[in-house]
Amino acid sequence: MQEVELQDILTAREDGDYIINIGPQHPSTHGVLRFVVSLKGEMLEYVIPHCGYIHRGIEKMCERLTYPQIIHLTDRMDYLSAHMNNEAVSLLVEKATGVEVPERVKYIRTILSELQRIQSHQLWWAAFGMDMGGLTCFFYGLRDREKILDIFEESFGSRLLHSYICPGGVMNDIHPNFQKRTKEFIKYFRKKLPEYDELLTGNIIFEMRTKGMGVLSKGEAISYGLTGPPGRASNFACDIRKLYPYSAYDKVEFKEILYTEGDTWARYKVRMAEMWESMKIIEQLIDNIPEGDFTIKMKPVIRLPEGEYSQRVETARGELGVYVVSKGEKTPYRMHFRTPNFSNLFVMNRLAAGNKIADLIAISGSLDLVIPDIDR
Amino acid sequence: MKYEDFQDNDTLEIFKQSGGNILMTTIDDIVNWGRSNSIWPLTFATSCCGIEMMAAGAPRHDFSRFGMEVYRATPRQADVIVVAGTIVHKMAPVLKRLYDQMADPKYVIAMGACACSGGPFYYNTYSVVRGVDHVIPVDVYVPGCPPRPEALLYGVLQLQRKMKTDTMRSPRDPMENYI
Repeated sequence: MQEVELQDILTAREDGDYIINIGPQHPSTHGVLRFVVSLKGEMLEYVIPHCGYIHRGIEKMCERLTYPQIIHLTDRMDYLSAHMNNEAVSLLVEKATGVEVPERVKYIRTILSELQRIQSHQLWWAAFGMDMGGLTCFFYGLRDREKILDIFEESFGSRLLHSYICPGGVMNDIHPNFQKRTKEFIKYFRKKLPEYDELLTGNIIFEMRTKGMGVLSKGEAISYGLTGPPGRASNFACDIRKLYPYSAYDKVEFKEILYTEGDTWARYKVRMAEMWESMKIIEQLIDNIPEGDFTIKMKPVIRLPEGEYSQRVETARGELGVYVVSKGEKTPYRMHFRTPNFSNLFVMNRLAAGNKIADLIAISGSLDLVIPDIDR
Repeated sequence: MKYEDFQDNDTLEIFKQSGGNILMTTIDDIVNWGRSNSIWPLTFATSCCGIEMMAAGAPRHDFSRFGMEVYRATPRQADVIVVAGTIVHKMAPVLKRLYDQMADPKYVIAMGACACSGGPFYYNTYSVVRGVDHVIPVDVYVPGCPPRPEALLYGVLQLQRKMKTDTMRSPRDPMENYI
């Protein structure tokens, strides 16, 4: 890879190149991401992402908050994987304090994570289709997403940011209708998901815009630290649910979706297949939720023993790592989040350079970036 | 929901008692009716509230019933900017520029706790603007973290009420009482 400095870009202008600024307010960057792109004609030479337009200082804020309070901030990082983010901090606190949560909690957490993954992928599909010019995708995706949000709302009282999973279990017990409505949703979505394929997957324009675009080999994916669906599209087996099972993932059977092509099309196919796998996981668990407590009694003030702790979970976008340095206080001394989107973003230059500028949007859409997760 | 149910803010209609002649007030009514039923929002979403704003435009909640159907990507074609999400110090100049680029009459809805006051990021952080009204004047505040799409629709209806009080004799200057 060629090292790109800002000075190189500025000198490149003298050779007759264009420097174009995309963002921070641009509908296809899914938030406030900013790209500075260098163009030769219509071809991209460099793509330099600029971060920080939504940097809220969450890591620094965590140093002043207790562990149950931190849960609420993790929601707001990757808001489409809110349950998984909560789960990461909860698992870390439980691991550090040596607490074993009841089986019921593990099952509930796993089901919720998979429901969240489905709704995240639905929204990605809706937005990806919209980026490529198909507005119908937006309506199809969000129509089905509301069904999952209804389930969430009934049990936790909120649609998007739940803060439901907390250290020691979950905030309150699931609603009596939860199992019934989840099963109804799976039945409904099994019929609706083939519609997605009919609309977009076989579309010749869509195929031509995605196949062979932004190819990344397995070795490069590993060296860039790519995880989640973009990594698995490059045949890099990086699913934390398989590698280091947490919660109830060791009790279920599912397939890790791997594609070898590593292009935009493969990243699309991985997510479509993951929705099927998530439904399979939910179906294995939903009828077998054991009876018992939904939480165990934690100490009123949770203090982690002195030391360093880490925990990784698989969110809808890749591997989320949480790292805590504790000095034995009720607040962490230092808290670091290794967020999936941050690593996935910086492969943009490698993927997009050499393609046309129109493909930049398709490539960045296939990475499924959530900007507050990048800047934190 | 009936229009009468929203009569919880009586001060808005007081502005309407302008005492102008019948020709001017009739033209005002017609212009305001057209204007308030075709508000085009700018696609401006910084964080979580943007997802609820998208959900408000999606089939279940359907923005377009209130004339907010057409999202515009450029500020030059937009009437209202829905500030959905946290504004940090690096983003504030960009937001100000977007607001300045919009054509008059222009309106601002602050959506969510972050845009209203800084929300969960009010304390202990160094980078968050504590309320978007430090940067641009706000017409309607929609609280919540994030607000439900219904709450945004309610905010839009309040904005429509406010737009119906505009007169041509004394055009509204949003920067007038802005500190």
